[in-house]
Amino acid sequence: MEHVAVLAARAEREATGRPAVDKRTTAEAATALIRDGDHVAIGGTLYSRTPMALVFALLRHRRRHLTVSRPLACYEIELFLSAGMLDRIVTSWVGIGLPWGLAPIFRHYVENGKASYDEWSHLAMGLRYKAGAMGVPFLPSLTMLGSDLAAALDLQTVSCPYTGQRLAAVPALNPDVTLIHAHRADMFGNAQVDGYPHMDADMARAARTVIVSAEQIVSPDEIAAWPDRTLLPHFAVDAVVEAPYGAYPHECYGRYGPDLAHFDAYAAAAREHGAAGGLRYVEENVDAHADFAGFLAAAGPARLAVLAADAQELTTRGELTGP
Amino acid sequence: MSDVTAEELMAITAGRLLDDHKVVFAGVGMPLLASAVARRTRAPHLTIVLEGGIIGTMLLPGKLPISTNEMRAAYGAQMLTDITDIFLYAQRGYFDYGFLGAAQVDMYGNINTSVIGSMQRPRVRLPGSGGANDIISLCNEVLIVTQHEPRRFVERVDFVTSPGYLSGGDSRTRAGLVAGRLGPVVTDLALLDFEPASHRMRLRALQPGVTEAQVRAQTGFDLLIGEDVTELAPPTAKEVAIYRELRDGPVRAPVEAP
Repeated sequence: MEHVAVLAARAEREATGRPAVDKRTTAEAATALIRDGDHVAIGGTLYSRTPMALVFALLRHRRRHLTVSRPLACYEIELFLSAGMLDRIVTSWVGIGLPWGLAPIFRHYVENGKASYDEWSHLAMGLRYKAGAMGVPFLPSLTMLGSDLAAALDLQTVSCPYTGQRLAAVPALNPDVTLIHAHRADMFGNAQVDGYPHMDADMARAARTVIVSAEQIVSPDEIAAWPDRTLLPHFAVDAVVEAPYGAYPHECYGRYGPDLAHFDAYAAAAREHGAAGGLRYVEENVDAHADFAGFLAAAGPARLAVLAADAQELTTRGELTGP
Repeated sequence: MSDVTAEELMAITAGRLLDDHKVVFAGVGMPLLASAVARRTRAPHLTIVLEGGIIGTMLLPGKLPISTNEMRAAYGAQMLTDITDIFLYAQRGYFDYGFLGAAQVDMYGNINTSVIGSMQRPRVRLPGSGGANDIISLCNEVLIVTQHEPRRFVERVDFVTSPGYLSGGDSRTRAGLVAGRLGPVVTDLALLDFEPASHRMRLRALQPGVTEAQVRAQTGFDLLIGEDVTELAPPTAKEVAIYRELRDGPVRAPVEAP
């Protein structure tokens, strides 16, 4: 387990400037900030609002020896592994999604000791980011106590100084870089999210550098019209990337559903060809295009329109079936 | 109902254990389906919570989610919050039931979803805890629903991902898990619970037509037998119809060919 450096993260935050300037850039330029060996936290969870445009840009750079953390991880983990970029996974669950069974490339790497997997509980991941976001070295919790997960991670306990109650001391996590996909952002980085916010706010505030992609870049006035929807203020964001359909083939609440057929095709290739199948996916879907827009064009506007209609049906309040 | 599948039997049996005006933190799949059946039958005021930060989901029949973090899971919800927050409601004691499936469960209700073999050199690396460790550690009463097979009901799990009664007796509370208890285990063969002192799994009731010997044969450890083992009432036609509508969507009258 790494030693947390929450004070170093704070000192760094104090020292960095917070200029309210135009932070718009491309996904490729923004993810060039990520260095070999960095800890990258990826926002969203499983196949919901994953910043795929940023993930694809990072894949294109082929950084090495990365650590990646997420609440629940999807097939992007297998892409990083197949491309030789990932040493360590920090999460509570790795798969493609329940219907696709065990993730074969992930299994191959972890079972053969070619990558490590620090398995925390889902809440523990949330508390790790939250402690990092709060600027404290750990948070007390009742989670993970007594389990073999706690033993495997050498998770420590503390006694409450007031009552003596025994609690898990869940250590802070301060990622080097956090990638978030939002619904709207202005050029300064004020970022808004609709629907479930996952763990995005905490994992961003814990990080040293924050890159936000957004479905739309809007004016500061449009942000100010709905200030309660703002997940991150501009001073907590370092770079802003406009990325319509930027979570595809994952879902974006209210905008588009997940492309489950795309997962089917990926899972079949991973099962049949292992890491070679994963690498071919990266070559054909990432490397073959100059940018994420090329990948979306290959998926085709008709496909994207179907996914947008799915989202409409599920989030427009119509007649609800209830008791 | 003679054509009831094992899955339908489990979901309906489990759904009957959820009382009205309670809050259930359900895993996706069987626990969610069982909760939804309960809501549409005996517990109309049951609030279903999902770990994606979703409170009071209604679900759209025929469009059930395959993840707790997707729009189908959030359909008709009363509140969407962040993931950490939802688990903190559990830690605070708001969730009457936690409801889990289990690939491998042992005589003390410990669940393994991490590794077959050892953590250092796993023969099979499974996906991991997700929210299961938190649900079983934090909810007030935990229900487990799973198919009854010897490979699932093992004497000791390879790895305790999600702690039940650990090694029995008071080992769970000694580990610091001061809240929560394990409630019933529902299978396609039986209803089980945990004997109050030893916290070992115990047979309480049989599914219709199932014998005690059949249950023993499908259990990979020495099962305690309750004092008055009863037989569960079979699913009613109404319960089965509601389950199937949820799974497959509303039944439409057949359309005549043009």
